[in-house]
Amino acid sequence: MTSQVSSPAEAGKDVHRLDRVIIRFAGDSGDGMQLTGDRFTSETASFGNDLATLPNFPAEIRAPAGTLPGVSSFQLHFADHDILTPGDAPDVLVAMNPAALKANVGDLPPGAEIIVDTDEFTKRALQKVGYAESPLEDGSLDGFRLHRVPLTTLTVAALERFELSRKDAQRSKNMFALGLLSWMYHRPTEGTEKFLRAKFAKKPQIAEANLAAFRAGWNFGETTEDFAVSYEIAPAAEAFPAGTYRNISGNLALSYGLVAASQQADLPLFLGSYPITPASDILHELSRHKNFGVRTFQAEDEIAAVGAALGAAFGGSLAVTTTSGPGVALKAETIGLAVSLELPLLVIDIQRGGPSTGLPTKTEQADLMQAMYGRNGEAPVPVVAPRTPADCFDAALEAARLAVTYRTPVFLLSDGYLANGSEPWRIPRPDELPDLRVQFAQRPNHTLADGTEVFWPYKRDPQTLARPWAVPGTPGLEHRIGGIEKQDGTGNISYDPANHDFMVRTRQAKIDGIDVPDVEVDDPHGAGTLVLGWGSTYGPITAAVRRLRAAGESIAQTHLRHINPFPKNLGAVLGRYERVVVPEMNLGQLSALLRAKYLVDVQPFTQVNGMPFKEEQLADALEATIHGH
Amino acid sequence: MATELPLLPKDFKSDQEVRWCPGCGDYAILAAVQGFMPELGLAKENIVFVSGIGCSSRFPYYMNTYGMHSIHGRAPAIATGLATSRQDLSVWVVTGDGDALSIGGNHLIHALRRNVNLKILLFNNRIYGLTKGQYSPTSEVGKITKSTPMGSLDTPFNPVSLALGAEASFVARTVDSDRKHLTSVLREAAAHPGTALIEIYQNCNIFNDGAFEALKDKQQAAEAVIRLEHGQPIRFGTDGAKGVVRDPATGDLRVVAVTADNEADVLIHDAHSPSPTTAFALARLADPDTLHHTPIGVFRSVERPVYDTQLAGQLDAAIEQNGKGDLAALLTGADTWTVPSQRRTS
Repeated sequence: MTSQVSSPAEAGKDVHRLDRVIIRFAGDSGDGMQLTGDRFTSETASFGNDLATLPNFPAEIRAPAGTLPGVSSFQLHFADHDILTPGDAPDVLVAMNPAALKANVGDLPPGAEIIVDTDEFTKRALQKVGYAESPLEDGSLDGFRLHRVPLTTLTVAALERFELSRKDAQRSKNMFALGLLSWMYHRPTEGTEKFLRAKFAKKPQIAEANLAAFRAGWNFGETTEDFAVSYEIAPAAEAFPAGTYRNISGNLALSYGLVAASQQADLPLFLGSYPITPASDILHELSRHKNFGVRTFQAEDEIAAVGAALGAAFGGSLAVTTTSGPGVALKAETIGLAVSLELPLLVIDIQRGGPSTGLPTKTEQADLMQAMYGRNGEAPVPVVAPRTPADCFDAALEAARLAVTYRTPVFLLSDGYLANGSEPWRIPRPDELPDLRVQFAQRPNHTLADGTEVFWPYKRDPQTLARPWAVPGTPGLEHRIGGIEKQDGTGNISYDPANHDFMVRTRQAKIDGIDVPDVEVDDPHGAGTLVLGWGSTYGPITAAVRRLRAAGESIAQTHLRHINPFPKNLGAVLGRYERVVVPEMNLGQLSALLRAKYLVDVQPFTQVNGMPFKEEQLADALEATIHGH
Repeated sequence: MATELPLLPKDFKSDQEVRWCPGCGDYAILAAVQGFMPELGLAKENIVFVSGIGCSSRFPYYMNTYGMHSIHGRAPAIATGLATSRQDLSVWVVTGDGDALSIGGNHLIHALRRNVNLKILLFNNRIYGLTKGQYSPTSEVGKITKSTPMGSLDTPFNPVSLALGAEASFVARTVDSDRKHLTSVLREAAAHPGTALIEIYQNCNIFNDGAFEALKDKQQAAEAVIRLEHGQPIRFGTDGAKGVVRDPATGDLRVVAVTADNEADVLIHDAHSPSPTTAFALARLADPDTLHHTPIGVFRSVERPVYDTQLAGQLDAAIEQNGKGDLAALLTGADTWTVPSQRRTS
């Protein structure tokens, strides 16, 4: 903390200890709410709390100001213990205008604190969102602890000495709000100060103005009587194993996972991608790491993006394409070619609401069937899914392991919630990462009857059924591959019926035979009900399970990393429970796969509202299942 | 065991039986390409042929190099990924008029504007062969085919002018049956840094036989074919009796009978002109129905930055500026905190 701000304790105000808090910052999409949330998150991470975040923003870049569709919010849950979700209901709402209040007030529990920028509650702004009377005056907020703060006026006043226009000065009001909240929750401030100086390094006056607004917000909290209490949330010392930590979002963790996989495989990384929400951040991030030998190619369309990646795979790169559901639909034919060519290829799908354009900035898990079956012919591919933002790193490494070991395209199904959400991550040392090195084919692998040594591109490894990866430039292994059915072994074109039958079954057997770890079941009490999830539902499901157990219920939990192939022990695990419930953000796609494969009457619990499950609602549903209704 | 150089044309023949229809123009092109390959002076393991779908796209199977027969229209995209990640390779794309100009039109124009180091051989037979005879995007208007019994309605693409419009740095046209000319164009394309597009008029003797007869028949060819040679006056016909001049009124090109009076006005072909304007006008000179006044040869060959070279340059520059990537430093980033191991015992 710098000398300009004194600690709340010195000011003689009450300090309350809390074990956890959920804060939501809400404003216009141009108000800088995502940045404010990110900064508060960084402060909170460096303080050592456990945390989970939920950014929520419209697809429009600048939706009409002051309207309900233009509201952008950022929710942060932080605690002195380990937590799993961004929280169901905010304890504190920062509403920068009437639209932000109206769009979010319904999510608040009674007694929640609301901080509003009263300057924005003008007649016109109220009318725009259909408030006949100001909710600040009509008693409708009586059940909440309302803080009326003229945020805009205070910010402009604090910046008087900077010769800024009123409009420019107002732009710093998010930093004022950040300063106020930072005071309320005793957040360290060095990180934000450093951040602002770096962000506006070329405009030192703007940097100083933002810093002044930030400090003014802090000082306002400390001096005004309206904020009588501040809060301490101790670091979550017990929640974390020893190590060095940072805060990380899903898309950043995924990008780092791809760079790490490339290093661990000793293969250059090639990304073919076409901009699409919510996957573009991976393209942006990887394009910054050319000094790792990373080639990023922004293609003319989704098809070219995966095509270029496949071409690079043929040439011996660790090839990746990143997209979302609509892009996967366009890439389907090329993924099928990759299945037929048996080349390693990572297909990263950051799922969003569908069908069609759907909800570009909201989350969903409805591309599972597309990943599994969305191609012509029998075209099996492994499917893996990360469970938390930080887990995207490990999932990327695992997807790369499957791709290079088995010479196959691999789907990695993340989603919008994981992509943009963040959490603390114990940074691994490179020597802890798996060794993914592969051997390219170097010499002929087959002897003909006459003794001639030849190279057969489809002569398989008997263990993995993978075919050799012979990259152009290798003398003596010149060969031609293509999408037409290939003769077993030689890879030459073959229309032979028996050969086709054999090749289809062999490609399937290769994927079915992939070595994936068994699922582990968390079942301390010998429960009768199992809840099984995949992907980003891990946090809400685990939180709901904890809540139920705390209430004396008995429930078992397991979560899938591998959806294709399923872990070998999954059938036995499912068979052990009277009831199996599968929460999914789709209409029951994993449930359908499990029912088809294991003939188990799993019960789907589904939600497709573009948001992650809420803990309480999920706990209620699981409780109902436990008790058989 | 690196390949020993020099190689012979037979070294580029694969062990696969060639399965085009007897009499197909593709045979001549294959023979010309195999005949030319030794001139590259490259080991055959460093050469890759990538194709899409269609009759022409079976080409890689017959070349004893690395090869990929991919999917319809996508060869330029796949080859772009290969060429940008493997600058050491000589990457060739074989495609047809349907493959390159219809289903794959987008990839073709973007490969051309990027100037990736690819040599694209576009076999144009003005018909769909492998699907048995539907009209193609280069078929003449009114083409009667199975799918257009009352005649096709759409205006065809002119591949050369399309490529010029797509910022191509090298565009040429040749004819399957003229091996010498075909080989000379291959030679120039191979030497060109960046994307080279060669349109090869190719006869489909099953579904569109004789489509280019006007250019092949000895009697007609003299009047029909204009051979472009850089630095030479654009003259053709018996004894060079005809020439191409610019119409001062419109700026367009037209064909005139060369006389002593106008001889000085005959255009000198400049394939290296920074402006594509004259190349474009030459591309539009032929009568689309009779094919009279069809220029063949290199329309345009200009040097401009090559995508894969520049991308590699950015990688080198990044290493120069920031040092070789350090994974541990990347993962750690700027904002970290440490949880000590003794914490739990307190």
